[in-house]
Amino acid sequence: MSSSDDMPDKPSSGVSRRSFLKGTGLVISVPLVSPGVRAITVQGAEVKIFGPDKAPISLTINGAPRKVTVEPRTTLLDTLRNELDLTGAKPVCDRATCGACTVIMDGKPIYSCSVLAIDAEGKKITTVEGLEQNGKLHPIQQAFVDNDAQQCGFCTPGFVVACKAFLDKNPSPTPEQVQRGLGGNLCRCGTYIGIRAAVAQAAQSQTKGGRKNG
Amino acid sequence: MAEYKWPEANKRVHIGKRISRIDGPDKVSGKAKYTFDINRPGMLWGKIVRSPFAHAKIVSIDTSAAEKMPGVKAVKVIQGPGTEIQWAGDEIVGIAAVDKGTAEDAARAIKIQFERLPHVVIEADLDKVPADRRNPTADGKTGDPDKGFSEAEVTMEGLYGNAMITHCCLESHGQIAEWTDESNVLLHPSTQSVSSVGGQLAQSLKIPAGNVHVKMDYIGGGFGSKFQIDRWGVECANLSKQAGGKPVKLMLERDSELMVAGARPSIYSKVKVGAKKDGTITAWQSETWGTGGMPGFGTLPIPYVFTNIPNQLKKQLSVATNNGQARAWRAPNHPQCALITMSALEDMAAALKMDPVDFFIKNIQLTGVRANVYRDELLKGAEMIEWKKNWHPRGEGAAGSIKRGLGLSIHTWGGQPHASDCDLTIHPDGAVELKMGTQDLGTGTRTVLDIVAAETLGLPLDAIKVMIGDNRYPPSGSSGGSTTVGGVSSSTRRAAVDALNQLLAKVAPDLKAQPDQLEATGGKIQVIGDASRSMTWKQACAKLGTQPITARGKQPGQGTLASSNVGGVQMADVSVDTETGIVKINKLVAVQDCGLVIDLKTAESQVYGAMIMGVCYALFEEKIMDERTGRMLNPNMEFYKLAGIGDIGQMQVHMMTGPGYDDRGVIGLGEPPTISPGAAIANAVANAIGVRVGTLPLTPDKVLAALGAKGGSNAKV
Repeated sequence: MSSSDDMPDKPSSGVSRRSFLKGTGLVISVPLVSPGVRAITVQGAEVKIFGPDKAPISLTINGAPRKVTVEPRTTLLDTLRNELDLTGAKPVCDRATCGACTVIMDGKPIYSCSVLAIDAEGKKITTVEGLEQNGKLHPIQQAFVDNDAQQCGFCTPGFVVACKAFLDKNPSPTPEQVQRGLGGNLCRCGTYIGIRAAVAQAAQSQTKGGRKNG
Repeated sequence: MAEYKWPEANKRVHIGKRISRIDGPDKVSGKAKYTFDINRPGMLWGKIVRSPFAHAKIVSIDTSAAEKMPGVKAVKVIQGPGTEIQWAGDEIVGIAAVDKGTAEDAARAIKIQFERLPHVVIEADLDKVPADRRNPTADGKTGDPDKGFSEAEVTMEGLYGNAMITHCCLESHGQIAEWTDESNVLLHPSTQSVSSVGGQLAQSLKIPAGNVHVKMDYIGGGFGSKFQIDRWGVECANLSKQAGGKPVKLMLERDSELMVAGARPSIYSKVKVGAKKDGTITAWQSETWGTGGMPGFGTLPIPYVFTNIPNQLKKQLSVATNNGQARAWRAPNHPQCALITMSALEDMAAALKMDPVDFFIKNIQLTGVRANVYRDELLKGAEMIEWKKNWHPRGEGAAGSIKRGLGLSIHTWGGQPHASDCDLTIHPDGAVELKMGTQDLGTGTRTVLDIVAAETLGLPLDAIKVMIGDNRYPPSGSSGGSTTVGGVSSSTRRAAVDALNQLLAKVAPDLKAQPDQLEATGGKIQVIGDASRSMTWKQACAKLGTQPITARGKQPGQGTLASSNVGGVQMADVSVDTETGIVKINKLVAVQDCGLVIDLKTAESQVYGAMIMGVCYALFEEKIMDERTGRMLNPNMEFYKLAGIGDIGQMQVHMMTGPGYDDRGVIGLGEPPTISPGAAIANAVANAIGVRVGTLPLTPDKVLAALGAKGGSNAKV
């Protein structure tokens, strides 16, 4: 992957790709934090290096801390589904095209099939299982039921989460905004007409209730 | 003898109303567990190593390195050295390992040597297909084609086609298999055939049919591709056995799903139509070919719907290609044959300078016994899309680079009920349970069962516990060909009527009436029309003492509750950008009959969904094969494109219900509305730009090429 060495340094969370590569030269002297995790200091900040073995990580999911031990190559989606039995997010395209695996990370909808679990540490993750409150469906979930915005239902949890994130950002969307803003999720059964109606209903109920985040 | 019929329209409480699907809350909250979601204790991850070549002989397989890897629990050669592989992606070695990563590592460690053989994967140009790959399947002649064409005052010739597409179920094919003891298997499949897939597996494993217990609560799409246990199902069970019976989850990866687990045959046809100047069709001639992979496909219904065109000459070839095998795809063959026929007929109308609605109605008697239904549906569709206002003669729209056009298509489907058994139990505490070995593909089958049982017993929907998805429940047919709703609603109605009659017999003495003077309504048992002589459902059931009632309802059975044969019309309004070639759907309308509608809300969803699936194959879908490598070039969802929420335009559905429709009984609806969209959209594009884009999908390159052949986007079209 030599071509990516040409990428400019863009430090994020205190470490750039180049400084990371420099850091890996010191790997022999790196202290072991716990099995599978090492720590180095880069530009004054401590940075964890995972792998190649399984490493323990802590995730914050639906408000609760969850500890799992995964290989660094494990995606957030596989971690949710295979380690934590949170199977609402679905594996479909496996490469950030269809949106069936959508979860919310630090307020933004993401494709969990294309985020590594180790990169989700320290971030707030909301899955479809975390939308219900006090055993009651979230208004967008209820709107999906009321408008039959689902058939086989395999894309539905991802769509519900994407709609929640979309409405948080666009409380009163126009039809054009809906069609653009929800273009990152695909359905095979063809439930888009119901989804459009569901988004309209949920937007209206949120506006009426004066609530933004349900 | 009980009488089995549906309640009169004015007495229906649930049937025909807009009812939300009962499993909706579980689906929107992630609680619905699909096969892919099931995690069993100690479960292993299964994976299959597949052929990279479309046609090759396996020379050698070395699994030794994989077998030695830590965490690998089973390795099994599925097709050994000497086997001739006929398509890329075919199964060669199966692996079960402790987790996904280990299974992937093991797959990479398996070495297979092949001797490559010549392949054929492209059939659009028949002249380039070797002779030994062309198999004549059916030639047909009716009337006197020569005479028919000599009587014609206008003849039209065209070439139409549709590439091979794939099912692309969002939940890929696969299953979890485990041996619960030496001779019993627990199978969680993703299947359209809960009641029969276990028997298929048992046969392959050489164990008694009853020894495979099948369970499936939810399935993430099937569309006709999930009827069989498939080789990966059998090998999953074999891997489990090799691993000491541990559960093995083996779900296809997306690329495998698109390469081998779904395919709809392609079709191409050279058509000639003859007609009189007044629009009367006199003759049809077609030479049709296509592929369903290996070995080919069967006889096609061409000309479609207009089956009574008087003079016909038809040739048909099936091309054997090194492509994954075709599977039934929602309304098998009908969408392709609708495209061929309706395109040719609209081209004929254009040649005659006739409005296609008038042309279709002029010839409507050629559609047979349901001609009047088609006429009514055509007129209704024309009203919905404002045909008279928006239609213009072909290519004669407004000036500017964006051209708008309208097109139409009509279709038919059988949808007769499949065999179905239903057990309905009324407990002394008033609880009602319904058990059936059926499956809900997302069509709303659970909800249909609930509605029919609740309607019959005079109860609210939440009073019925619906239990499906287990082959230990009474057997019900596979869900395919729109056969489910008729089958399951009939058996449920009979079970509920019989169970109710037994209950009425128990309580009649207390109400000082004969059982046939009683009715169940509004949560009560009462003397018909006399609410003062009644008891609550709970009080009535208490009379059973300790013994519940269980009644088995069957389809087929007494009385006619379901039938078959429906018609439908769809019309499309599109805009085509003649500078970019991009086709945009403005509006699609559907007019559809399906006999008695059980749940209007989920029925309409079926039609909307079918139309959207139609937009997908009309504009985007194509299994693109590479001539040189023999492989599918787009086995992923970036390049195997489906329509998104912004690609479908506006949609409107009208269900033909009421007298003349309701009294036909229940008829399946899944297939018919997916047949016409491709043809209607292709016709609308032709109407917009004045030139036929012959083959689906209507991608920008093809639109521009068609415009170019006509003289470029700025030429008068």
